[in-house]
Amino acid sequence: MHLDWPWRAGVLDPQGPIGAAERTILLNATSIMLAVIIPVIVLTIAFAWWFRAGNRRATYLPDWSYSGPIELVVWSIPALVVMFLGGIAWIGSHDLDPPRALQSKTKTLEVQVVALDWKWLFIYPEQGIASVNRLVVPVGTPLHFTITSASVMNSFFVPQLGSQIYAMAGMATQLHLQADKPGIYPGLSAQFSGDGFSDMRFNVEALSDSGFDQWVGTTRAAGNALDLAGYQNLTKPSVADKPATFGAIPPKLFEAAMTHAVK
Amino acid sequence: MSLGTLATPYEDDVPISERGPASIDVTAGFGFWLFLLSDVVLFSALFAAYAVLANRTAGGPDGLHLFNRPYVLLETACLLFSSFTCGLMALAFGRRSAPATYLWAAVTFVLGACFLGLELSEFTRMIGEGAGPTRSAFLSAFFTLVGTHGLHVTTGLAWLVAMMAQVATLGFRPVVIRRLLCYSLFWHALDIVWIGVFTIVYLGPSHV
Amino acid sequence: MMGKLTWDAIPFDQPIPFVVSIVVVLGVVAILAFTFFKGWWPYLWREWITSVDHKRIGIMYALLAFVMLLRGFSDAIMMRSQQALAAGDAQGYLPPDHYNQIFSAHGTIMIFFVAMPFVIGLMNFVVPLQLGVRDVAFPVLNSVSFWLTCSGALLINLSLFIGVFARTGWLVYPPLSELAFSPDVGVDYYLWALQISGAGTLMTGINFTTTILKLRAPGMGYGRMPIFCWTALSSNLLIVAAFPILTATLAMLLLDRYLGFHFFTNDGGGNAMMYINLIWAWGHPEVYILVLPAFGIYSEVIATFSGKPLFGYRSMIVATLGICVLSFMVWLHHFFTMGAGADVNAFFGVMTMVIAVPTGVKVFNWLFTLYGGRVRFTTPLLWSLGFICTFVIGGMTGVLLAIPPADFVLHNSLFLVAHFHNVIIGGVLFGAFAGYTYWFPKAFGFTLDERWGKAAFWCWLIGFYLAFMPLYVLGLMGATRRMQHYSDVGWQPLMLVAMVGALFILAGIGCLALQLWVSIRGRAFRRDLTGDPWNGRTLEWSTASPPPPWNFAALPQVEGTDAYWGMKLIARQERARAAGEPSRWQAIHMPKNSAVGVVMAFFTTFGGFALIWHIWWLAIVGAIGVIITALTQAWRVETEVEIPAEQIAAFERSRPQGAIRGEIA
Repeated sequence: MHLDWPWRAGVLDPQGPIGAAERTILLNATSIMLAVIIPVIVLTIAFAWWFRAGNRRATYLPDWSYSGPIELVVWSIPALVVMFLGGIAWIGSHDLDPPRALQSKTKTLEVQVVALDWKWLFIYPEQGIASVNRLVVPVGTPLHFTITSASVMNSFFVPQLGSQIYAMAGMATQLHLQADKPGIYPGLSAQFSGDGFSDMRFNVEALSDSGFDQWVGTTRAAGNALDLAGYQNLTKPSVADKPATFGAIPPKLFEAAMTHAVK
Repeated sequence: MSLGTLATPYEDDVPISERGPASIDVTAGFGFWLFLLSDVVLFSALFAAYAVLANRTAGGPDGLHLFNRPYVLLETACLLFSSFTCGLMALAFGRRSAPATYLWAAVTFVLGACFLGLELSEFTRMIGEGAGPTRSAFLSAFFTLVGTHGLHVTTGLAWLVAMMAQVATLGFRPVVIRRLLCYSLFWHALDIVWIGVFTIVYLGPSHV
Repeated sequence: MMGKLTWDAIPFDQPIPFVVSIVVVLGVVAILAFTFFKGWWPYLWREWITSVDHKRIGIMYALLAFVMLLRGFSDAIMMRSQQALAAGDAQGYLPPDHYNQIFSAHGTIMIFFVAMPFVIGLMNFVVPLQLGVRDVAFPVLNSVSFWLTCSGALLINLSLFIGVFARTGWLVYPPLSELAFSPDVGVDYYLWALQISGAGTLMTGINFTTTILKLRAPGMGYGRMPIFCWTALSSNLLIVAAFPILTATLAMLLLDRYLGFHFFTNDGGGNAMMYINLIWAWGHPEVYILVLPAFGIYSEVIATFSGKPLFGYRSMIVATLGICVLSFMVWLHHFFTMGAGADVNAFFGVMTMVIAVPTGVKVFNWLFTLYGGRVRFTTPLLWSLGFICTFVIGGMTGVLLAIPPADFVLHNSLFLVAHFHNVIIGGVLFGAFAGYTYWFPKAFGFTLDERWGKAAFWCWLIGFYLAFMPLYVLGLMGATRRMQHYSDVGWQPLMLVAMVGALFILAGIGCLALQLWVSIRGRAFRRDLTGDPWNGRTLEWSTASPPPPWNFAALPQVEGTDAYWGMKLIARQERARAAGEPSRWQAIHMPKNSAVGVVMAFFTTFGGFALIWHIWWLAIVGAIGVIITALTQAWRVETEVEIPAEQIAAFERSRPQGAIRGEIA
């Protein structure tokens, strides 16, 4: 039976700057807190054992129930830890806020995402193509996702690239990610959305710049234009759709998807 | 009206918290206050929903075009005045006068019923104009907030009738007096909520 | 005539629900028939069903919790086994529309019908005894609360036999829970069951807040109240402040579903995000409603079994009240990923961490209660030690999740699932089990078997770690929650370990059942004759086991914290007087039984069922039934029963000499 090693998958194996920053926060915060809770667990067992009723060597202090210095320490330790972690939380929330653009000399790739029942539609507005359940991106390029849902709430999530964000009908959420290495990274919906939820999977394929341009060209050439009627078809519930591409899309397809969510 | 405070005797220098269990008059009143506070929380949630949805009119009518201020003023006058007559009723049962209690209860009932009648006819008018609660989120929130207050008023009127039946059949025994006091608290609280309603809903930003 | 209800609602074509339904129905009928033919119904009606005695009501709440634990845990076993099987191309044995009902039912039942009743049951039994009074402020209301909770539990369970349950998760987020996406009755079962039981819970909150603030023995000022009563007070204040939000929010969803309103719909301007805000404004206080009394239980248990007072009593009160207030200021941490922006996310993240401060203080105070004690390793103390070690891990992962960028990669994953089970099982459930074992002799007059109790503890502890530590790892590996199947076969080994953990927990439940069986069978040898089997510190231990209906023949005069401990110390210095003279005792008036609770619940059950299935005439009948029941109660003039002084004197005489004022070493 095959077992993935935790540090070689998912959140602990980030392939982009957002995910890497988030992993750092996770590991740092965990280490700081372990430094408090491991002694607490050890002391709990130690005190309970040493002061067991049968141990006559232990001092019995039947009236000792208050100590100012101890109170000061027990309030201070959690307070200090929380202040420190609070600082990490404040700074991290701002640095890694999903709508915040990545600093890069490379031009950002715009991708629009529509969560459907139960598949993902990825629209490349500047390239004029789209795909279902397959997200191809160039390596080292900042990616700007504008996300909506055509029906119920979903959450757009690629664990190895970093943050997720909800996909909600009638509105658009913003997310910035980047893939630093070529590879295939699993993506999913992280907000339960109904019977086909478990199959709302897609792969992110990170290719080199030329590989990406080639893919765009091939997709355009393969035809299979998506028109609004075709999009309406996509909004009908279906499960485990095979990845597909569309060589041409109508203008403002994303805006149409946003304003015409399923009622 | 006499309200006993404690079940056990006490000395003056003993703090209230150490004087033992409070009497039923105190606990019943306190419990009812807690219930009223919980009701205020319920209304807060409805107010919050209204505030969030106030401008989600889905292309339909908004408050500016729907609300009729003089009408609301009349409704408000009925309800506020009914609070006053409820106070007169409280004075009446405080001196254990059944006829005065029935009289002021009846006046309170009529004023409350007028409020409800005016409100219902406002609702009917709006629905007739196509501005019913299913038209938009704003209207759903409006009808729910104002309607929940109206349901409370309706319950209050039913409770008033029940209380008069209790006075008629059981007299002014302590349990009935306690319930009448709780009733007055309820009726006054509804007034206060209404002040919130007409301020935020009818006099709110949609009129600026 | 029957609304939407047709024969199609019965799952003839689905083997699992159908067979289970038949078994359960036959079982219930068998139990009813057995008790009827034994002639127990008059006794049950008089002594339990219409009882307004907080002790009886508390026991019934705990019984409800145990029964519902079996249902909720069956759901858990099905979920674990499905996930252990459905790796790669395998689909497991539960199709999505079943699996989705099962996890929704699991969460709903465990929170509303296991954890809440267990905690409320313990508070019911213990608080008046610890306060040195005879009952809660509103005993009849207490009975109504219990029976409305039962009505809700019954409706949820009916969805197994008739119709379907919600397929949305335990908080029924819109738009998925709106009619457009959930047209069947499942969400309606959820909504009406929770509106009915939620009303009961709100009444409990009012009842106990009034009791704790207004009804205490003479001399028991706030600084002399047992710590469990402080935590119960905080929990009930939270109930009063939070449950109306749940009522309002579920009502809005009901209006959307029944009358076509647009609070949360995709069209008409509805705002689903508002639901999420409102429901979590209730939902976060809810978890503190559950855990604060558990903290109180640990404080009592650790102090008693260390033979020392609780360390830092005042500090614990401040920490408890701090948690109480702060619990209203953190709700957004349940949806950092909804996109509120950095400032808002950061604020709520920091506030969430601030709650960890008073919680950490409590842990340290428990540690220092152990320090310098004479620690007895009884079952309740084992649960408490297990709690400390386990809960701090859950707290750590909670603080981790409170950092928004960390949450961005862990939200809704199995890591989250592991975290909340960590704190609820390790915190609330272990505390409930500790309290159950600790106060059982007080309730029933005999102690529980220690060996099976310890076996249960170890099975639960090992089972918990085996079941949930793998889920932390899986969450980090990218596994989200609520998966009916998953494609990465590399996750399967960990799922199997989790399944083994669930089996250990099953063994733990078995041990608890065996413990009860063995203890009842051998109760003659386990009698608690003195009323104080643990050398306790608080007033409940000064009463007989079980206490008489009136709890205390005379309300105790309290002079300090740990009131009973103080009395025992004084008794060692002066002789306890004989308690037999009738002239010492006065008649006591106790509230009379009332059927209003069970009758009202009867009508709410039919009314709720009718509303779910759109059987409007039956709904009206139910509503009228509720109103008439309430009016009947309003006209009841004989509300008390008098217990004569002779009966009280005879009872006091029957207690062992040294027991009352406690001359236990």
